[in-house]
Amino acid sequence: MEQELAVAEEPASPRRRRPRRRRWEGRTRTVRSNLQPSLGAEDPAAGASKGERLLTRGCVQHLADNRLKTTKYTLLSFLPKNLFEQFHRLANVYFVFIALLNFVPAVNAFQPGLALAPVLFILAVTAIKDLWEDYSRHRSDHEINHLGCLVFSREEKKYVNRYWKEIRVGDFVHLRCNEIIPADILLLSSSDPDGLCHIETANLDGETNLKQRQVVRGFSELVSEFNPLTFTSVIECEKPNNDLSRFRGCIIHSNGERAGLHKENLLLRGCTIRNTEAVAGIVIYAGHETKALLNNSGPRYKRSQLERQMNCDVLWCVLLLVFMSLFSAVGHGLWVWRYQEKKALFDVPESDGSSLSPATAAVYSFLTMIIVLQVLIPVSLYVSIEIVKLCQVYFINQDIELYDEETDSQLQCRALNITEDLGQIQYIFSDKTGTLTENKMVFRRCTVSGIEYSHDANAQRLARYQEVDSEEEEVISRVGTVSQRGSIGSHQSIWITHRNQSIKTHRRTSSRAEAKRASMLSKHTAFSSPMEKDITPDPKLLEKVSECDRFLAIASHQEHPLAHLSPELSDVFDFFIALTICNTVVVTSPDQPRQKVRVRLELKSPVKTIEDFLRRFTPSRQASGYSNTGNLATNKSSHKSGSSVLSSLSQDSMLLKLEERLGQAASTLAPNGYSSQAGQAEGWAPEGTGEQKHLGEQKQGLKPDLELRYEAESPDEAALVYAARAYSCTLVHRLQNQVSVELPHLGRLTFELLHTLGFDSIRKRMSVVIRHPLTDEINVYTKGADSVVMDLLLPCSSDDTRGRHQKKIRSRTQHYLNLYAVEGLRTLCIAKRVLSKEEYACWLQGHIEAESSVNNREELLFQSAIRLETNLHLLGATGIEDRLQDGVPETIAKLRQAGLQIWVLTGDKQETAINIAYACKLLDHGEEVITLNAESQEACAALLDQCLHYVRSKGSQSSPENTESDVSMGFSFNPASTSPASGPSPSLVIDGRSLAYALEKSLEDKFLFLAKQCRSVLCCRSTPLQKSMVVKLVRSKLKAMTLAIGDGANDVSMIQVADVGVGISGQEGMQAVMASDFAVPRFRYLERLLIVHGHWCYSRLANMVLYFFYKNTMFVGLLFWFQFYCGFSASAMIDQWYLIFFNLLFSSLPQLVTGVLDKDVPANMLLKEPQLYKSGQNMEEYRPRAFWLNMVDAAFQSLVCFFIPYLAYYDSDVDVFTWGTPVTAIALLTFLLHLGIETKTWTWLNWLACGFSTFLFFSVALIYNTSCATCYPPSNPYWTMQTLLGDPLFYLTCLIAPVSALLPRLFFKALLGSLFPTQLQMGRRLAKKFPSKYTTPKETSTQAQPPGDPETAFSGRRTMGPSESLPKDRATQVSPLPQQLACSPEASGEPSALDTNMPLKDDTLLEGLGTQVPGSSVPREAVSEECPGHSNGKPTSESPAAPLSSLFNLPSFSSLNWISSLSLASGLGSVLQLSRGSLQMDKQDSPPQPDQDLHSLQRQVTDYF
Amino acid sequence: MAMNYNAKDEVDGGPPCAPGGAAKTRRPDNTAFKQQRLPAWQPILTAGTVLPTFFIIGLIFIPIGIGIFVTSNNIREIEGNVFMYYGLSNFYQNHRRYVKSRDDSQLNGDPSALLNPSKECEPYRRSEDKPIAPCGAIANSMFNDTLELFLVTNESDLTLTPITLKKKGIAWWTDKNVKFRNPPGAGSLEEKFKDTTKPVNWHQPVYKLDTDEDNNGFINEDFIVWMRTAALPTFRKLYRLIERRSDLHPTLPAGQYYLNITYNYPVHSFDGRKRMILSTISWMGGKNPFLGIAYITIGSISFLLGVVLLVINHKYRNSSNTADITI
Repeated sequence: MEQELAVAEEPASPRRRRPRRRRWEGRTRTVRSNLQPSLGAEDPAAGASKGERLLTRGCVQHLADNRLKTTKYTLLSFLPKNLFEQFHRLANVYFVFIALLNFVPAVNAFQPGLALAPVLFILAVTAIKDLWEDYSRHRSDHEINHLGCLVFSREEKKYVNRYWKEIRVGDFVHLRCNEIIPADILLLSSSDPDGLCHIETANLDGETNLKQRQVVRGFSELVSEFNPLTFTSVIECEKPNNDLSRFRGCIIHSNGERAGLHKENLLLRGCTIRNTEAVAGIVIYAGHETKALLNNSGPRYKRSQLERQMNCDVLWCVLLLVFMSLFSAVGHGLWVWRYQEKKALFDVPESDGSSLSPATAAVYSFLTMIIVLQVLIPVSLYVSIEIVKLCQVYFINQDIELYDEETDSQLQCRALNITEDLGQIQYIFSDKTGTLTENKMVFRRCTVSGIEYSHDANAQRLARYQEVDSEEEEVISRVGTVSQRGSIGSHQSIWITHRNQSIKTHRRTSSRAEAKRASMLSKHTAFSSPMEKDITPDPKLLEKVSECDRFLAIASHQEHPLAHLSPELSDVFDFFIALTICNTVVVTSPDQPRQKVRVRLELKSPVKTIEDFLRRFTPSRQASGYSNTGNLATNKSSHKSGSSVLSSLSQDSMLLKLEERLGQAASTLAPNGYSSQAGQAEGWAPEGTGEQKHLGEQKQGLKPDLELRYEAESPDEAALVYAARAYSCTLVHRLQNQVSVELPHLGRLTFELLHTLGFDSIRKRMSVVIRHPLTDEINVYTKGADSVVMDLLLPCSSDDTRGRHQKKIRSRTQHYLNLYAVEGLRTLCIAKRVLSKEEYACWLQGHIEAESSVNNREELLFQSAIRLETNLHLLGATGIEDRLQDGVPETIAKLRQAGLQIWVLTGDKQETAINIAYACKLLDHGEEVITLNAESQEACAALLDQCLHYVRSKGSQSSPENTESDVSMGFSFNPASTSPASGPSPSLVIDGRSLAYALEKSLEDKFLFLAKQCRSVLCCRSTPLQKSMVVKLVRSKLKAMTLAIGDGANDVSMIQVADVGVGISGQEGMQAVMASDFAVPRFRYLERLLIVHGHWCYSRLANMVLYFFYKNTMFVGLLFWFQFYCGFSASAMIDQWYLIFFNLLFSSLPQLVTGVLDKDVPANMLLKEPQLYKSGQNMEEYRPRAFWLNMVDAAFQSLVCFFIPYLAYYDSDVDVFTWGTPVTAIALLTFLLHLGIETKTWTWLNWLACGFSTFLFFSVALIYNTSCATCYPPSNPYWTMQTLLGDPLFYLTCLIAPVSALLPRLFFKALLGSLFPTQLQMGRRLAKKFPSKYTTPKETSTQAQPPGDPETAFSGRRTMGPSESLPKDRATQVSPLPQQLACSPEASGEPSALDTNMPLKDDTLLEGLGTQVPGSSVPREAVSEECPGHSNGKPTSESPAAPLSSLFNLPSFSSLNWISSLSLASGLGSVLQLSRGSLQMDKQDSPPQPDQDLHSLQRQVTDYF
Repeated sequence: MAMNYNAKDEVDGGPPCAPGGAAKTRRPDNTAFKQQRLPAWQPILTAGTVLPTFFIIGLIFIPIGIGIFVTSNNIREIEGNVFMYYGLSNFYQNHRRYVKSRDDSQLNGDPSALLNPSKECEPYRRSEDKPIAPCGAIANSMFNDTLELFLVTNESDLTLTPITLKKKGIAWWTDKNVKFRNPPGAGSLEEKFKDTTKPVNWHQPVYKLDTDEDNNGFINEDFIVWMRTAALPTFRKLYRLIERRSDLHPTLPAGQYYLNITYNYPVHSFDGRKRMILSTISWMGGKNPFLGIAYITIGSISFLLGVVLLVINHKYRNSSNTADITI
């Protein structure tokens, strides 16, 4: 029942906000009809005083109209407002400051106007982007504002067409079927006979089922058509708020009567009217005050981890800039001091002829240098990153692999700027229901009266469905087969199967239209997938049910038919009745909205109904003068709900009277719990026949299409109703106050529905109070979580046999419940209670009070429900399966391989959760499960200690590796060596109560540490708050990147807390999606989202950011070196135009293209080798070291690019800017070549961008240099470029400088690529070598490690371990078991199947071995033959054993000791480890030191690139 | 470019009611671009793949370097046109305030700028209440030594034969003809400059730089050359041209020469040095052995690295292949 829980619970934020809102604003809003004032004017005697009218008017006018305006700006306010917003960014302020500095003549470096250009450009780009976004918002606003609807017009006295935007609070709106509701409307009239209206809230919360709304009490009884002109009541309701699940208020009629309003009376904007021909209502909230819009908070802005890191590096750049400027300033001061007194010719005095003091000159120089070197702080970095992220988001959205055909939804990125965080996730927190599972419930088993019905046929059928599902992907045309299979064993399911078949057909077709149709179909039948509907009954139980049915059909004319049934059969009967009616399922036939039936109007007057009600509760109906039984029309009157009628019975006297009457009606209970009152049979029999007749008619009408659709609020309910239907106990009709159930023999039974006590997450149960037509008793059927219901049962004494029997049934049921839970089924208990009239009346009194109270209605109703749901009689229990979503186990396996820790946080019970965890391979049957169930804080602490001790001892025993470095940062609770996944590491299961203890301050460290050691963590019975606390804890304490995924409102807080929140846009509504950063249609898309897109985004952005820093530093370096040759005067040899536009125009496009399109490893490869994802987790691409090495390289390159032209033009007659232009050109070419080295995939777009950049530079230069002979002081570059192009020296320097600047980088990259390839590089190489390989299934391959020469072994060793630190106490850790040694967390998630000699399972790692490229095979084969004992599999193909041989040139096996000193970060390392596991213990005492050194060395080098 | 997705989702209020519009799905287009499947060249940097680059660079650079080196060294032969330079060292013509201190409009002959020079020229903008023409520090500090070259035809009695030094053709053509212009108007140059005064340091006004009308005033080529501020503190500037003679004799035959310097220009104040350079020019400019050596060096290094990579590739190819596999 988790999703019901979700419905009941609301997101945390509004709840928090509400009290404040209340304090500040007035408590209520008053709404009156807009038609009234004029009426008042026409009719002065209408009673409303003039002042009141004015008040009314004013009140209406200040309320928002229905115009939607989501735009931020207007034409006038755009510029100031946008600029204001942009200047919130520190970077922009900084750049403007620099630009303004240029206006100070003493320090200006550029022409002031020109210096503003880049800032203006950046501001303009951002402004245009904002403008464009705002415009599209405006367009969609306009579209919505101009939708039409019918509004009552005072002048024309009828409904006229108006635009949505013209609707105002107090207007009367008329809506027809399938229309969208334009504002929040109080429902005043409906064409439905019961004053009901069905709405679909999919637009609002994504829930596809229909919800009932009810006409305001008092208006449903109206005799004539609702006339807005006569509406004089005043509505008092809450101020607008964003709580979708709550609405309170009251309506005050002109006669002073008050009636309460609640959310069932409110039609929310954005919902769609369904199944109801027409409704009318008064607008309560309009426009931005509607709940829908108050809930809409737009996309979210978060700062990604990479961006935080980048900002830190920007700060470094600022420091560098200041340092360079200071250096220059000091230099200039000295220079001035040296030359000034000598009156050097080139020294320019101040304008007044005095010369600058060295100190002043230094200060000026400092400021000017800051302007000149401003390029170091990348102006365009932020804009570029934003552009790149937008494009990344675009590509993620466009990925067809993330498109779900069934729901016609693709992945949505709601947060636009944390794409790269997806590539760095370390922890995933997942909800269970609806996230891992389908949230499509299938009835699997049940137990009634202590007897279990296993429904084996059903299980088989489900198995077949799964088969079919999997076949479906490949086989195209098997419709016939499917339908045959689907119809096996169930005569009832033919129709359904037919339907199912048609859906399947649609799904298979690739045609878009049909796919859409299919999705529409499935949308209409919410929660009723074929599997749910098509249930094969258990033969034994079916037999019993029909026996009951037959018996009752025969005995129906007897006095108390049920009393004659055996207790078991009566339980069976009640059980199914409960399944059928104890719910809120709506039966619909979607194409035919029900017409308002006027028949019952004659019975409408309240007094009459109360009398009627009282009459009905006297012992004998006939005695109370109910003469015309059997009359269908009269019977209809009894459908009038007790509750709704009673609620108008507010006078105490009435109630007293009622009690009096009820007091006379003592009843006796039959042994089976049914009362054996006399006389009720007569009451029912004719009715039955009447109904049967009616049924016959209906059957004929119904049969042809059997369009009985069950629309349930929760899928469990639907599943149970479908289950009951499989047992011929069909729910055919549900009205507000009556439920009709159809049985084959007994015919239609109509239960009078007195109350429905809805589900809530605290009670964890729901109940219906009905009057049984067979016994005329008042029965309570309760359905709820077993833990709750079992405690509410009627205590039975063990004295008598009945009691003992009951006890036995209970214990059996409990047994089966446990069994179900172990199977992973969701369990529900069904119980019943028979109320005597007195009990009922007594309860009713309280309940009516509760219902009619305005203030704390919820609280009172809750109390009232608790009073009712006691002393229950257990009927049975059901087990419902929530199927795993497609691909969940595979996805979890992949994600785990990718180094992600997956925690499941669920509200479900422990057994169910564990079972699902097993099913989705989160838990493995081979591994240990630590279960933490503590009753108290102390117990929890003790348990934690114990577990920690256990894990630690186990860890030190099994694993010599310390993988601490991987995930843990800042966690000091660090015992020497334990690894989260070494050996079969345990899993942790903790229940909600223990979790609460564990999350206490004193224990959270321990808990976290334990959890970190575990392969997976499962938190059961956790509340939404606990979920978010767990996420918060991991995020803050472990400094880990967290992702939370969930689909329901109960996951919202967790999603909001996590670094990345993912919502599943599935069954449970949109709250999770609204709070999320990304919304995926299914859990399995997470794999691609993280492993492919996350990795790409991270890698692209990291590389781009690094490149940006490199580029700017290198460029600034050129200018800085020049200072040494111009007296540190802040002079620039590069023309100011080039300086300013270089970053923006000439060198920006290629890096953007690379940043958007570069793929370091192809998608298939990433998916195939998820461990590649770890590079992002470990921040391999962008770490501080990489940044600094990059900066050093930039400095080197700038030196080369400066001094080659310097020396080439040394002592020549070249002028400043003629020399500066080649330097610029060299810089550009170097940038492009550098980018070329960094680019991993060259598409034509990359080539185009690079070509365009070069072309742009030269053409701009040429044009610029021809444009004006006297402009652009001081450079005045007229004809410079043209002259240069005629100079061979220009070409020669342009050739040699970039090449020599990049030679070292290229060389080291090649060297690293050959000697110390990273995982990613290997992956890339592999993917390139075997492009087809990554679509075919894995093959088993063999390997061997023959000896070879020691030198290569050494290098091989270095190749392997990029990132692991070595265990401190390695020497003492001797492991007896190969597995334990074998598995490093990085290697793979499959520790078990390791063999000392032959790791069969790790062939993932050995992919491609079989098709090893021919080439160096001869020597290798020779080597592999040398050690036949070691290569267990024969090197069948191109000597698969060979490649390793040269790496492990070991003299003998006994000298394997070095292997143990390997760290296991790389796959290669793990392979070695795997295969040599058993040999490791021989010589553990080999010197580890050199390796460590190598490590650090190698790490540095790897980081560099 | 990629923003329409959020615009759509922005508004939950009321999506348009379109029961008939079912044909439209949100399925993304399956195009190579949108699915990021553009055909791409995917170079992988390893010793094996990169080493050809190194060899190619080596093979290209070494010959170029040798060629340049030879050309540069051949420049010493004083044949063809000989260029006469004066060289200054430690003279910071690239100083920020110095570089700015000029008015290009004035130099272009703009009459208004002539009488009202740009503020950038301060403090060499006005003198004695008259605008300075040409204004600014650059012009003010113009090199004004005179160099004359004589061939000692007879060593015993020091008979000096003056060598014809061509004054014109030493500046960029565009500078002489486009950027620099004398003020318009009728009359002699002196009249055109009549309301201006000479720069402070100059001995003579601008219209007396030369006698040749075509090389006087702002379009005096010595002036134009000076105004092109040198990039580095050690620089040379073209002073005169010694044109090759029509006969086959070398332009400057071997022998003793006499250089007459009229010393006007002080360089001691900034520890500077003056030089006079005679040089011919090859296709790649004046003599500068650096580039040739650089090409040869880089080419050799590249070749060497190529060899290293070759060795590595040969020796460790296996390892890299293994690496492929054991990802």
